[in-house]
Amino acid sequence: MPARRKRASSSRSSPGVSALVDSLLRGNKRAAAKLISLIEDDEPEAAEAMALIYPHTGHAHVVGFTGAPGVGKSSLINRLVRLFRARGKKVGVVAVDPTSPYSGGAVLGDRIRMADTGVDPGVFIRSMATRGHAGGLALATFDAVRVLDAMGMDIVLVETVGAGQSEVEIASRAHTTVVVEMPLTGDAVQTMKAGILEIGDVYVVNKVDLADADTLVANLRFQIEARDGWMPPIIRASALEDQRIDELADALETHRAFLASSGNWNKRELDRARQEILENARRLLAQQVRGPGTGGESFEALAQRVVARKLDPQSAAARLFQEAVGGTAQRQSRRAKSG
Amino acid sequence: MATKIRVLIAKPGLDGHDRGAKVIARALRDAGMEVIYTGLRQTPEDIVEAAIQEDVDAIGLSCLSGAHMALFPEVVKLLRKRKAGDIVVAGGGIIPEDDVPKLKKAGIKAVFGPGTPLSDVVEFFQKAGKAKGA
Amino acid sequence: MADAEDLEAVKARLKTWEGTTLKDSLKALPERRKEFVTTSSRSVRRLYTPLDVAGKSYSERLGNPGEFPFTRGIHPTMYRGRLWTMRMFSGYGSAEDTNKRFKYLIEHGETGLSVAFDMPTLYGYDTDAKEAKGEFGTCGVAVSSVEDMEILFNAIDVARVSTSMTINSPASVVWAMYLAMAEKRDVPWTKLRGTIQNDILKEYEAQKEWIFPPEPSMRLVVDTFEFGAKEVPQWNPISISGYHIREAGATAGQELAFTLANGMEYVRWGIDRGLRVDDFAPRLSFFFNAHNDLFEEIAKYRAARRIWAREMRDTFGAKNPRSWLLRTHAQTAGVSLTAQQPEMNIVRTTIQALAAVLGGTQSLHTNSYDEAYQVPGEKAVRIALRTQQILAHESGVANTVDPLGGSYYLEALTDELEEEAYRYFDRIQELGGVIPAIRKGFFQQEIANSAYRYQMEIEDKERIIVGVNDFVVDEQPEVEPLKVSEASYRAQLERLKRMRRTRDSKKHERALDRLRRACDGDDNTMPLILDAVRARATLGEICDVMREVFGVWEEPLLY
Repeated sequence: MPARRKRASSSRSSPGVSALVDSLLRGNKRAAAKLISLIEDDEPEAAEAMALIYPHTGHAHVVGFTGAPGVGKSSLINRLVRLFRARGKKVGVVAVDPTSPYSGGAVLGDRIRMADTGVDPGVFIRSMATRGHAGGLALATFDAVRVLDAMGMDIVLVETVGAGQSEVEIASRAHTTVVVEMPLTGDAVQTMKAGILEIGDVYVVNKVDLADADTLVANLRFQIEARDGWMPPIIRASALEDQRIDELADALETHRAFLASSGNWNKRELDRARQEILENARRLLAQQVRGPGTGGESFEALAQRVVARKLDPQSAAARLFQEAVGGTAQRQSRRAKSG
Repeated sequence: MATKIRVLIAKPGLDGHDRGAKVIARALRDAGMEVIYTGLRQTPEDIVEAAIQEDVDAIGLSCLSGAHMALFPEVVKLLRKRKAGDIVVAGGGIIPEDDVPKLKKAGIKAVFGPGTPLSDVVEFFQKAGKAKGA
Repeated sequence: MADAEDLEAVKARLKTWEGTTLKDSLKALPERRKEFVTTSSRSVRRLYTPLDVAGKSYSERLGNPGEFPFTRGIHPTMYRGRLWTMRMFSGYGSAEDTNKRFKYLIEHGETGLSVAFDMPTLYGYDTDAKEAKGEFGTCGVAVSSVEDMEILFNAIDVARVSTSMTINSPASVVWAMYLAMAEKRDVPWTKLRGTIQNDILKEYEAQKEWIFPPEPSMRLVVDTFEFGAKEVPQWNPISISGYHIREAGATAGQELAFTLANGMEYVRWGIDRGLRVDDFAPRLSFFFNAHNDLFEEIAKYRAARRIWAREMRDTFGAKNPRSWLLRTHAQTAGVSLTAQQPEMNIVRTTIQALAAVLGGTQSLHTNSYDEAYQVPGEKAVRIALRTQQILAHESGVANTVDPLGGSYYLEALTDELEEEAYRYFDRIQELGGVIPAIRKGFFQQEIANSAYRYQMEIEDKERIIVGVNDFVVDEQPEVEPLKVSEASYRAQLERLKRMRRTRDSKKHERALDRLRRACDGDDNTMPLILDAVRARATLGEICDVMREVFGVWEEPLLY
């Protein structure tokens, strides 16, 4: 894990963004909030900001929480925040809620659970809406995590919406994934989402004071297997017992230590880096091809030709790619010439 | 991409009557805004800290117990102290007419009493968001 | 009501009427709207006829007043025997301030006292607690200790007047203060009449003045049932409330269903404790809203009495007829009163009070016209009280029992509300019962949805509120302001300081210790709370002990 540097470098960045990032690195919360907004809104300076921030990341332990709505993720996170603070850690939280597909708006209510920790100087909580991104996360979620990482947070907890494929997304981006379940009351047979048994590093059976958890715990124990040398623990939790939260915090710290010692931390970081580069490449390409013409055939025109059976989709894509890459190469050489 | 307007809706003090605050949160969501609803029993410190971390454009405070004069101006004061005085603050609830000018003088941009059309409230926050460059 | 042959004739005649008289009329003059709905958005038909009450037995469905199922009223003579109690909810500032208001109201003819407490008191905080900052006396009276209680009832004979106290989470503590105050005056507890609201379930669902989680709170409530049945037999240890549920946005049907479901939950807990139902059920009382829609409200009260009687007798097996009675207080709907053209609120309150009286309430509070601005000013509250007096003495509605009984519309509505309630009871059962449903946010979501729909109807002008979205004038309302005095606040702080300084600190500490142990164990908490109160422990100190042992509730987020 890289050592922390304390100044934003780069002489070519705009003064506003540099100043914000400098402020961030000194732990300023307003700067962090502003930077997260910048990135979330995909402002022109966002890429620049991330480039300045990125070298200062890699220190924080990123823990993702997934689980159905109502299962108690927010409360668990609140109690973990308090506990980690008591253990002397600085904690960040990013809580994601769904954007309404009809109105484009959202009510972000996870913060309610964290009322008593928000004012602690060693805590930073940010609520985000998915803004149309499918799955349980927002596009900017992990960039926001990086902002908090650079700010000096030792641990960043990410709470997902809990619906759709959020668990897959979070598992690929967090260091530790916590799956939160709760036992059903009554006689209903409890089924679990496909995939949930494969992605968790820690399983929490929550609200055990309200219903019998033994069956669920036994089921989980039976079906969960060790992965990469790590056997996911199953922890029972309830709002009434603080002792269990200690267990959960310990499990998280143990997993972090395991990742470091087993080389899995770096392995996962590499996997993630590959994934992210590819994703960014895809996004850049998509932007390019849909953007103003690069001098060649327009995206729309190609689509028309494909429909008319004058061109197959594969060849159309290859043509676009050539245009984009070629165009970029041209622009780069032009810039180099003008210095 | 048009940026989203972010609004914090909070109930400072002990008053638990949240029917209005919830209806407004929902209306603002239906108007395309992101509403951070902090719920009940917030202190002015809680509210300002949340507003800063969430980088909101505006705050809506609701109080029906008569404690608004002690609580609303305190929020504005703290925002200014934290150099976040550009966040617009509006209040609503049970507020006697002669307290309204006092609240405005203390920095509350608008006071929405009972019977205010939701569209007025939505419009206010839309304007507040645009003014901040959303 | 008609017999079978007549009904056939009625049916036929109605059909003809629809095809001719009605049809022609509609052609010439269409109806003003496509659908007519109640305040609860319930659809109302054009006409109700004998067909709507066909086959329904008078003795089974209505009965005579004072007889099972009490649909028509809980007493045979109702207001001919005794008028409803005129009980005006009051409180602001310090105990001295409120004591003055009590005397004013008694002088002007109110027949029962009703205490409103300020926010800190409602949440178990003393006036000098940091949570209480800015909240002293603004929406009710501040009571932090038994000394405040003594001042509150200064020169008021608690042996002769009944007192209702609107207090929930810390109800046992405030009740203990009242009892200790009476004890000091040598008034035996057996003589005391009154009510503590003490309805914690509706706090989780609607009013949100909760402190502790449901289970310990229910334990405290049942402690009061047990204690009251033995020691304060004329006291109602609970007022199972729908008022707040309605104010939070519920429909009439939801108000009815949720209130009765809560009531039945309290009965279950009492029985689980080992109490015999007939030992505590006669002292369970209720509190409903009196909203705008005259007939829907009257129907609601009648349906409530019928359902409660049936459930108590048949489901819970109560043998004492007094256990079957639904005795209720009513308050006109605060949420319906406007800030615009506030004098019009006098008219609204009158209609709502009329509904409560025609609905057979035992006790009534009427709101003042300045409701949307502040706690009632003196003139405003006098008008509200006079409203009741005019209804009682000038309108004639108190001359006979259940005057609207037999109205086709009313009986159909009563039945409809009853059916709706039972559908909700089933739903709550499916969710595992009242407390699991609270945890799942069921009530809260239903209420929030109704509130939102109601507001949308107003926004769309589907629903007209005079002065607000129609018949609007641009004028500044004239409301005489009522301010809490700085002097009252200081006096209260002084009093608290002095009491803490002069009390026997050993006795105080011991009492709190024993209370802590009682809370942790199974003993009835009331005697220990009383001891703490007698040892001059404050409300905040006692509640802090309880917070320590019971923990604090965290509500599910819904909007």
